[in-house]
Amino acid sequence: MSAQPAVKPASPSVSPGFVAVLRATIAKDLRMEWRSKDAINSMLFFSLLVVVIFSFSFDPTAETSREIAGGLIWVSFLFAAVVALNQTWARELRNQALDAFRVSPAPPNSLFAAKALGNMIFVTILECLMAPLFTMFYNLRALGNWKLLPAITLLGTWALVVNGTFFAAMSIRTRIREVLLPLILFPISLPALLGMVSATTAVLTGENSPIIWLKLLAVYDVVFTTVCLSLFGVIINAE
Amino acid sequence: MKPAFLFAIFASLALLAFSTYQGLYVAPRDVNQGDVFRIFYYHVPSAWVGGLCFFFNFCASLWYLFRKQPAVDAFALASAEVGVVFCTIVLITGPLWARPIWGIWWTWDPRLTSTFVLWLIYCSYLILRKFASGGQGAVLGAALAIFGFVDVPIVYFSIRIFRTQHPQPVFAGGENSGMEVHMLHAFLWNLLAFTILGLVILWARYIVQRLDQSVEDAHKASALAAGGAQ
Repeated sequence: MSAQPAVKPASPSVSPGFVAVLRATIAKDLRMEWRSKDAINSMLFFSLLVVVIFSFSFDPTAETSREIAGGLIWVSFLFAAVVALNQTWARELRNQALDAFRVSPAPPNSLFAAKALGNMIFVTILECLMAPLFTMFYNLRALGNWKLLPAITLLGTWALVVNGTFFAAMSIRTRIREVLLPLILFPISLPALLGMVSATTAVLTGENSPIIWLKLLAVYDVVFTTVCLSLFGVIINAE
Repeated sequence: MKPAFLFAIFASLALLAFSTYQGLYVAPRDVNQGDVFRIFYYHVPSAWVGGLCFFFNFCASLWYLFRKQPAVDAFALASAEVGVVFCTIVLITGPLWARPIWGIWWTWDPRLTSTFVLWLIYCSYLILRKFASGGQGAVLGAALAIFGFVDVPIVYFSIRIFRTQHPQPVFAGGENSGMEVHMLHAFLWNLLAFTILGLVILWARYIVQRLDQSVEDAHKASALAAGGAQ
């Protein structure tokens, strides 16, 4: 698990580069996920359950469902993403892989970037699989500019995943571990959630422009990616 | 340290008594709102003290990440706790004021929603601190405090955009634009009294936290000594 065959330091004195560690970690995580399918399966099943549970609380085929669909879709993705995020670091704790990483000269940010990108890939796959189902089950049709939806999805998912990966690294080091992640992630993510939900609803109903929300999401992404990258080294080495 | 602290307690209590007298008896009744308006003298100063404490928490957290001094961490934790207490007072006195004046307990207006989200963020900080122990908890807490503080302006702007795109609820203007001179005096006295009160509570909480830290250190030292003896 901790073995990273792709990282070949040229000589003992040269530390592995950012890109080499990034590539090796992503390849390892994707391979593990490909073989076990732990994260994807649990996320998919969870989202399906959310779709069914929400359909009990209102008439899913009604015209008005378009107005709440944005919130519904993102709530299901948010809770499903927590499942994947919690598994991010748990597998590094086995065999002290994370401790081995800490004593190695590899840059900590490359590990963080790899984990965040890996989660981004998992959650994006989930969204690609769930989007047709949502459209079908809730009889959705975008009245606005549907071409903006991929941009909203990418920016929104990154906003969830970058902070989620960081906070998962924090919560894994506390006594209650996985339980803590949603408690610290959701309050900070509220503006991003507001942006995703409002932008998606704006596209689905076609009543107003989602551009301002896209800008908000972009600002959120830039700000918190910067904060995450500048603080990750401190977190990973906290004693 | 001790006489100074006792003096601070007495000073803050005396000031609080005086400012309460000012707010309840000296300041005139509000023309539109009647006596209900007097809650203003507690609501706004509490909000100010809460905000001040959160700012202290941010500064202390940033400092802690660079210097790793336990005293600074104790101050960060104390200020977050006191900030949450005052923020809670704001969130309680707000609806009490809103009910007779606006006719509703709560409205999802930008300022109310932002304050509520701010309260949630610092509650999550306290939860993290509760479940992460020792120096590790201090570092994790400091990181979360920076996230929280960076988040505050984004929260405020996002909610403002959200609300300006939707019709506002029926709303009888926020604060008065001008204030009668006795009202202003009462308000300023209360602002001063609450600030001093907040700082004294912060001080007390800081002393307790320092004691906690030294107890924990003593436990560690004795455990190490016991381990070394074997």
